[in-house]
Amino acid sequence: MRVGVVYYPGSNCEQDAVHACRLVGLEAELVWHKQESIEGCDALIIAGGFSYGDYLRCGAIAQFSPVMKHVERFAADGHPILGICNGFQILVEMGLLPGALLANDGLKFRCQDTRLRVERTNSPFTNACNEGQILRLNMAHYEGNYFADAETMAEIEANDQIVMRFCGPDGERGAEHNPNGSMDDIAALRNEAGNVMGLMPHPERMLNAELGSADGRFMFESLRDALGGEAATDLEPAGISADV
Amino acid sequence: MRGQVVVRLREEVLDPQGVTIAKALDNLGYEGVGALRQGKVFDVELDTTDPEAARTALEKMAKDLLANPVTENYEIHLLDDDAGEGTA
Repeated sequence: MRVGVVYYPGSNCEQDAVHACRLVGLEAELVWHKQESIEGCDALIIAGGFSYGDYLRCGAIAQFSPVMKHVERFAADGHPILGICNGFQILVEMGLLPGALLANDGLKFRCQDTRLRVERTNSPFTNACNEGQILRLNMAHYEGNYFADAETMAEIEANDQIVMRFCGPDGERGAEHNPNGSMDDIAALRNEAGNVMGLMPHPERMLNAELGSADGRFMFESLRDALGGEAATDLEPAGISADV
Repeated sequence: MRGQVVVRLREEVLDPQGVTIAKALDNLGYEGVGALRQGKVFDVELDTTDPEAARTALEKMAKDLLANPVTENYEIHLLDDDAGEGTA
């Protein structure tokens, strides 16, 4: 089972995403944004970073890269696509996910650990989690404040598209646990069909307890299970700088 | 000819930068400053000399790329180089 990790000039989390996939037993390869084919990929990750320097709006330029029309078709065909951080912003700009991501309500770039409560486990990215499970993941962004108009928010609720919410240590909600001001504490959002999901925090940075949290593995294990892949026999990677 | 696209956040979208700037003006002693919204301006040179063609092209650019319709509005201005700035 092969995951393609799409990256752009200015992306900086693509190697981590490849590493995360391989760690749980998935094959993974980098997909440069100018590639005209994603053949052989069973799922895609749109990597985090600062594509095109965040010029104009985050993700606004990247949505027109040559590979993106293939990504659109891949989404329409029902294959799993995960957008992480800038990847989430790109999916929103493309319209594959509804709404928009505004500047954080405190107008600060915030780099910190966050807690996310898993609201739905019927997703290729959370099926290895329990409902209500709290994942500790790192975030590092300035524009992650999820916004949608009232009509869109009603549709998101009606279509069951909120997969995770920001929360406190016991899963409780509240403004003090919402790090960027996202509406309805939305932390991870999927499309109506459920195969495309975006989130601002970085599961690919949280793979080892020694480095703060291994909770990110749940999401990659979910993807592996959704694709029908086998667990890696050697769960420990050769090293952080594993050859990618 | 030259055209200009002005992009602003929609009324219903909170503009924290605008709020902060308004507060700074207040702190500087400027009295009577009410709501303040921050926006973006794009000055675009176009090959065409036809105002209608220019307007159509700028509209399309605004919709496709310059503005995000989910959060932003835009205005198109055509700039007449001979007679100074004008709104068409």
